[in-house]
Amino acid sequence: MKLTMGERAFGWLNVLLMLGLCVVTLYPFLYVLFASFSDATSFLQNRGLLLAPAGFDLSAYKAVFRNPMIMQGYQNTLLYVVVGTAINLVMTAMGAYVLSRPNLYFRHVLMFFIVITMVFHGGLIPSYLLVNELGMMNTMWALLIPGAINTYNMIIMRTSFQTVPVSLEESARMDGAGEWTILFRIVIPLSMPVIAVMILWYAVGHWNSYFSALVYLRDSEKYPLQLVLRDILIANSTDSMMTGAASDDKYAVGETLKYATIIVSTLPIICLYPFLQKYFVKGVMIGAIKG
Amino acid sequence: MSKRARNPDLLRTLRVDWRRHWGVYLMALPVIAYYAIFHYGPMYGLQIAFKDFQPAQGIWGSPWIGLDHFESFFNGIYFWRLIKNTILINVYELLFGFPAAVVLALLLNEIRRSAFKRIVQTISYLPHFISIVVVAGMMVDFLGRTGLVNQLMGAFGIEPIDFLKDESWFRFLYVSSGIWQGVGWGSIIYLAAIAGIDPTLYEAARIDGAGRWKQTLHVTIPGIMPTVVILLILQMGSMMTVGSEKVLLLYNPLTYSTADVISTYVYRKGVLEASYGFSAAVGLFNSVISLLLIVAANQISKRFSETRLW
Repeated sequence: MKLTMGERAFGWLNVLLMLGLCVVTLYPFLYVLFASFSDATSFLQNRGLLLAPAGFDLSAYKAVFRNPMIMQGYQNTLLYVVVGTAINLVMTAMGAYVLSRPNLYFRHVLMFFIVITMVFHGGLIPSYLLVNELGMMNTMWALLIPGAINTYNMIIMRTSFQTVPVSLEESARMDGAGEWTILFRIVIPLSMPVIAVMILWYAVGHWNSYFSALVYLRDSEKYPLQLVLRDILIANSTDSMMTGAASDDKYAVGETLKYATIIVSTLPIICLYPFLQKYFVKGVMIGAIKG
Repeated sequence: MSKRARNPDLLRTLRVDWRRHWGVYLMALPVIAYYAIFHYGPMYGLQIAFKDFQPAQGIWGSPWIGLDHFESFFNGIYFWRLIKNTILINVYELLFGFPAAVVLALLLNEIRRSAFKRIVQTISYLPHFISIVVVAGMMVDFLGRTGLVNQLMGAFGIEPIDFLKDESWFRFLYVSSGIWQGVGWGSIIYLAAIAGIDPTLYEAARIDGAGRWKQTLHVTIPGIMPTVVILLILQMGSMMTVGSEKVLLLYNPLTYSTADVISTYVYRKGVLEASYGFSAAVGLFNSVISLLLIVAANQISKRFSETRLW
């Protein structure tokens, strides 16, 4: 197939555009990476475009790993991610399984009441009062239980469960298998791609979330990493964390500390991302087919 | 469905259903309980929008006051500001963010070297997975008075601007950073739609002498139209919704005049100032408008095209 002059010119322009997009996307991260390894004093003298660390100094990272709040936040987040994702998965799979039963008498009624919650919700304040009423305020359950099921995810999972051949379930039933056995031994193993997507979506969601912790948690020792990050990056309270250092250093390291904190908190996602990317994308595709 | 028709006796149907599905219903219990408590519970709690809510008396026990909260919201000094800010951010997102993803998908589709295409895709999806706290944190840092952007502007002799303390920049920064974070991810769904287009259509177009541009115009774009319409409906449905998470991180009292939206107002009034009844009323107002919008968008789409949500 011959390309016209105009088409070839467009082709090159397009490649340039895409390269530009990559630079714009990646450079902020690179800047943060370079700044985090920079020597604080030389960094402060040269805060313009960085193409490599300004000087080389690991004290920002040392400060991050010595910081009790960040380490505690890291630990909390790991706990919330693991427990939260487990709850999400069990609840979502159960809901999806129930809704995927073809002849269930109340299936349509259930579906109706569930879909309503996608277009109308009580909002922040009634949920806040409810969490308070249930005694979950200032506990990790306030972060994990109210969002136990993402309805959209559940519908995607149901769509996948529906493709499991009925004959497999029938024969298992003949052998005396109950619903739990069918769900965990047949339906879930056959829907592993979707389950993997769900694990990733839920886990990344927990890792990145800060708002419910902001609303529901009082004690800072329960804060997830993102909330600690918010204090450091947005409220800019690095000096309060640097107590003990000499005052000049305090300001200087405080500057690069921000960048090191960003790297340390984002690293797990960035490292896993290239391997997991195709699962995430697959998830969007599954959702798209459902329309 | 047909089962029901064959068994006019409802009781018998239910008995058969229970005998066959009791295990399923048992499994449904926690799910039903979850939806009842955490989705319908807050809907029940919404009645405090019409009450003078006293925590000691509880939701049910507090006295009714009718529409007082709504009246004080509608007549309050912030009402029009909140509506305007919420809608304007959405309008900008609709005008710039929405087409950006479509255009990116079309451009990516024109790249023939698949390795390069894959790399661009991988990179452009990345920001979607970065937490909003980190994104906002980077913005605060880069856009601060001594931050990267001002340093670069300084190199060209431009006076420093304190972007995040200047109300006239807020909407631009909010929407453009949203595009930076979401354009790649948003393009996936269109790429999926493009991949689903019947290749014989392209062949037919080529035989008719259509070049690449004509093929895009007459095959690709019509091919992704249903997807575009569906997403447009969803977007229209959320025209009165701006999430509080990102705004809370980026705004400050200096930029409230352009940055304060309904959800952040609800957060401040309800969670920080404990005006529960009032902010529940504001939230209810917002939810009802959103519901009406999505129903209306769906109706309009049903009338003008085959595509609809339900």
